[in-house]
Amino acid sequence: MNILKILISAIFLIPCFSSDLKAKNLETEITKNLRCLICQGQSVYDSDSEFANSLKILVEKKLNEGLDEKQIYDYLKNKYGDWILYDPGFSKNTYFLWLLPILMFVFGGAIILRKVILKKNKL
Amino acid sequence: MKTKIFPLFLIFTFSIIFFVFYKGLQNTNIYTPEIKSEIKIPNFHTNEFFSKNKINSDQIFVGSEYYLLNIWASWCIPCKEEHKYLIDLSKKENIKIIGQNYKDNFDNAKNFLIKLDNPYDLIFLDNDGTIAIEWGAYGVPETFLIKNNQIIKKIIGPLNEKLLFEIKELIK
Repeated sequence: MNILKILISAIFLIPCFSSDLKAKNLETEITKNLRCLICQGQSVYDSDSEFANSLKILVEKKLNEGLDEKQIYDYLKNKYGDWILYDPGFSKNTYFLWLLPILMFVFGGAIILRKVILKKNKL
Repeated sequence: MKTKIFPLFLIFTFSIIFFVFYKGLQNTNIYTPEIKSEIKIPNFHTNEFFSKNKINSDQIFVGSEYYLLNIWASWCIPCKEEHKYLIDLSKKENIKIIGQNYKDNFDNAKNFLIKLDNPYDLIFLDNDGTIAIEWGAYGVPETFLIKNNQIIKKIIGPLNEKLLFEIKELIK
């Protein structure tokens, strides 16, 4: 009976913690998409440098202030430039980066298509 | 003919690789993206270093005077090296030097100032480093020249003779 009581109360307590957990998850997600600028090849989430630790605190603060994910990225982009984001937005500096795979795909497709058509014509 | 070209090609390739890597050795490995240099200073609340009184950033940077914001810490070795340049600048009348004490222990920071002299007109605390992020700073030491609430020069790393001269030219 006692075990049942504990279980039931535990089930009712889960939603109380989950909102806190959600915020923590969002914080993790954001810091994983931020580049640690002084330790290359690491995200802010992975790094334990002074810079990264401060940034983690700041992200937490900004989330508490009610800013959403995009607002935090914009805020940091304003201070440090596009380089701080692992997933840079589409802008005049990054359009080539974003369009390159599509261009390569189209170009490659054209080559294959040409070969196929040539082969067909030969037959 | 074929046997002659191959060793030549190999030597050529390796010398290019050697050249590229040798050049790369001299480059710094910290990438600093170009940011528009004239940006507005951030707004923040903090505490004064000695009195621990609450202070707002608009109470620190007032009017159209020149301000030099220096982010420092007692544990930072390059800060010791640049300290003499700050002392030099503090003798100038037309510039106010503001210190931002970054993630530091109060007693260590106080001893640092007693030992090396205090060039700062005012020092405020940045215990968790978030104010440094507001400035767009990377770490310590870092220095910003400010006029009319605008950052007109940003110096990453310690000051030196050349930078000191540049600052003096700017505030003439």
